[in-house]
Amino acid sequence: MAADPHANVAPYALDALDADEEREFEEHLASCEACREELASLREATAALAYGAVGPAPPPELKERILAEAAAERPNVVSLPQRRSWTAPLAAAAAIAAAVAIGVGVYAATRPASTDPLASVLAQPGAKLVPMGDRGALAVAPDGTAAIALTVPRAPAGKTYEAWVIRDGAAQRAGLFSGATVLRIDRPVKPGSVVAVTLERAGGVDAPTSKPLAATKEVS
Amino acid sequence: MLTMPPPTRTRDLARLSDEALLSLVAASDDDALSELYDRFGRVAYGLALRILRDETLAQDAVQEAFLGVWRNADRFLAERAKASTWILTLVHRRAVDLVRREDIRRGEPLERAPEPAAPTTAEDEASLGFRRRLVQEALTQLPAEQREALELGYYGGLTQSELAERLDQPLGTIKSRMFTGLSRLRDLLDQAGLEGSYP
Repeated sequence: MAADPHANVAPYALDALDADEEREFEEHLASCEACREELASLREATAALAYGAVGPAPPPELKERILAEAAAERPNVVSLPQRRSWTAPLAAAAAIAAAVAIGVGVYAATRPASTDPLASVLAQPGAKLVPMGDRGALAVAPDGTAAIALTVPRAPAGKTYEAWVIRDGAAQRAGLFSGATVLRIDRPVKPGSVVAVTLERAGGVDAPTSKPLAATKEVS
Repeated sequence: MLTMPPPTRTRDLARLSDEALLSLVAASDDDALSELYDRFGRVAYGLALRILRDETLAQDAVQEAFLGVWRNADRFLAERAKASTWILTLVHRRAVDLVRREDIRRGEPLERAPEPAAPTTAEDEASLGFRRRLVQEALTQLPAEQREALELGYYGGLTQSELAERLDQPLGTIKSRMFTGLSRLRDLLDQAGLEGSYP
């Protein structure tokens, strides 16, 4: 039946498609920006329905089992090709976003393994996490090495996100990125600094021209 | 892996957004997974129990969903969704997969959600109870046939075709009830100011 594929967006959000319909709809989704937008918006309402079913608390053993299982499978997972190295080069971000938007796992298997800047900063003794509003966090080590993890939408065409290390009123460039990312801050973050992110024209600028989208408090 | 003293670390994690926690989970941080479980484990279990009507199966669904979070947190970053939405979507998916695999009798006249059991903390209880009431009130404001389509689909785990058969309606009618119902629910929840994320 040549049904209008757009009409499956709500049943898809509710997980009410059978396996064949679901596959078809995901193919459609890959090429239909309107449906992706609609889905993102309907999914929020769908997930809110979960709160309508709140009942008894789960038994405490459930949490223990989950954490034990998670810890147990990490070593196995690491040796596989799809080792979770989500810090793939930003150049691959567009392709990744397209793959992920349709809910397929293609990119996880195709991303190159690389070291994770956030994990490597946090592995240093005395490292700490500083929140950046509700968008992410800065990890900073006592020697000033730092990385940020941010969940921001993809930057519009012609724009880039730019990270800054601001100290004594002077903002220094600290890296460009185009969307949700983990980014190593390529300047030392010393006590008293603020790390902030602004949206700038592509290529970056020498000093911030807009209000930060995300910023830490002064790093202590 | 992490060398910070536990008390500082726990306090730091509690201050982080759901999204920042997911970033840490993607970097294999099991403390962040633990914190996310503390935020969403209870609502996840309530949902799974409502769909599966069996405590053991509900625990299985929640466990698989959180392990899915652990394995796939990196995929979340490119999604246009809040972390809470992504997590609860995974939970729903797992529960629905299980209910279909187990072919559990479902979609019978929907009982109301079970009464909340022993409170964890007064604060959690108030927040969860508040959200639950908001959602249930929003549902009652929908026309009955839209509410029915959402409830049988989302809480009952029925496919649209099963629903069409059960309600003896054309498939297109079911699609349209789901779409209109979900859109109205979204608007009602927006008006009520319900954010899907942890307060």
